[in-house]
Amino acid sequence: MTGAIDHTVVNLTVFVLAVFVGYHVVWNVTPALHTPLMSVTNAISSVILVGAILAAGSGTGDTAALLGTMAVALAAVNTFGGFLVSQRMLEMFKKKEKKD
Amino acid sequence: MTANEVALSYLAASVLFILSLRGLSHPLSARRGNLFGMVGMAIAILTTFAITRRIDLAIGAILVGAVIGVIVSRRVQMTQMPELVAAMHSLVGLAAVLIAFAVVNDPGAFNIDFPIPSFNRLELFIGTFIGAITFSGSIIAFGKLAGLGKYSRLFSSAPVVFLGQHYLNLLLALFMIGNGLLFFTATPEGQWPPFITMTGTAFVLGILTIIPIGGADMPVVISMLNSYSGWAAAGIGFSLNNSMLIIAGSLVGSSGAILSYIMCRAMNRPFFSVILGGFGGADGTVAGGTEQKAVKSGSAEDVAFLLSNADSVIIVPGYGLAVGRAQHATKEMADKLMKKGIKVRYAIHPVAGRMPGHMNVLLAEAEVPYDQVFEMEDINAEFGDTDIAFVLGANDVVNPLAEQPGSPIYGMPILEAHRARTVIVNKRSMAAGYAGVDNPLFYMDKTMMVFGDAKKVIEEIVKALE
Repeated sequence: MTGAIDHTVVNLTVFVLAVFVGYHVVWNVTPALHTPLMSVTNAISSVILVGAILAAGSGTGDTAALLGTMAVALAAVNTFGGFLVSQRMLEMFKKKEKKD
Repeated sequence: MTANEVALSYLAASVLFILSLRGLSHPLSARRGNLFGMVGMAIAILTTFAITRRIDLAIGAILVGAVIGVIVSRRVQMTQMPELVAAMHSLVGLAAVLIAFAVVNDPGAFNIDFPIPSFNRLELFIGTFIGAITFSGSIIAFGKLAGLGKYSRLFSSAPVVFLGQHYLNLLLALFMIGNGLLFFTATPEGQWPPFITMTGTAFVLGILTIIPIGGADMPVVISMLNSYSGWAAAGIGFSLNNSMLIIAGSLVGSSGAILSYIMCRAMNRPFFSVILGGFGGADGTVAGGTEQKAVKSGSAEDVAFLLSNADSVIIVPGYGLAVGRAQHATKEMADKLMKKGIKVRYAIHPVAGRMPGHMNVLLAEAEVPYDQVFEMEDINAEFGDTDIAFVLGANDVVNPLAEQPGSPIYGMPILEAHRARTVIVNKRSMAAGYAGVDNPLFYMDKTMMVFGDAKKVIEEIVKALE
């Protein structure tokens, strides 16, 4: 066995482990919060923003910068919209107040 | 920042994303969970800024997206959550496609060798086609959920089916994969034609795979697209060798997959039968010969009288409650009843509404305390001891035929409303439910139907209770 580990193999390792983590964490989500789960995961998937920022700031080509900037704007709608609408929904889940 | 520092901050962000999903295991910890998610995202973005040469364009674009996101998140009604989620999935899908194009255009900007190594191409291919399918499929789902059927048949909430549909889809899928293989083996000069053709085919495929799926199967579709948007992000993470993107994408991908599974289980239908579509009568007519059976129908006053004489009531909300935006009126009615000392609870079927957890959010919006709201398996045993089951705009999820072998919905877990001493059903008309199956619950001796828009009917009941 010689040579460095290929990037793809490292990626695959991370991927498989992350799927397992996701599987176990999500089964613990209470069904009442399945809609907020979708909006939170929606917001999390907008982390693709990171790739878009790199593209927008590459500074080596106009096309890549243009594509990247558009992608940043699209993903940012999700980042802000997703987390804020989740916040709004989660604020509504309250227990019965003692006064009634 | 050194490469190691960058990797460590991305790791911190990934852990925060995991914690944010973990928080959703209980309503009390959920808000903190959401906060973890926000912090994680902030870390991810700031770290990326620190390693990018030029950030003015990105900051400008983020501001634009932020303004839109903030406005939308404030204005959206809770009944519109399914549409909003579908729309947001499409944005992630399109963003993934745009990034993939940027990578193919200029791999150097992402620290990828030129010509792009074959493994990275494979990953780009996968990330791009999933992104493209997510984009166009979510737009169709959005149209169906937002009721845009009147503008285009593509958005019709009834399944759109035609002869040879599945073969066409299969053919397109093979064509798309073929172009992916061409891209995989192409020279740097010849890589664009197969890449563009592949992406275009994926867009078409996204449209064609969603149009045959009917309105009430939307909880599965929207969960599936949720899952796809995650896999698309993970695919881009593979192409960019970015662990954080892979982790976040996989979390979202597995979350959506689990939700699809839960929804399918709640309908007792195999995933592929839902995805292949065409289920349910297009016009909601009842399948099979139905002799005219008599239903007992009453007025809002009758219902108010029955309710005020009960000791315990279980309310079963369905899509009709969402369509009629009747959640606030329902809460008002429940309050009136509870003041009279009547025990009121809510029973939620997993597929009630148009997305997972739809009913819970509507009730939460109306400030119904979550400890009055019960999941199917927790409340089913209670119906037998309950005076009144009040079914509000739900149909298939309370259809006792599900317990009868041979019926089309046999085996679907239902809310056992028919075991209550008296059943009240509010519906707009006698049309069959989505499954196109008649519902014997409506013809039982102990059942009273009250026809009309959910909100109007309940407001009348509230008045009559005074």
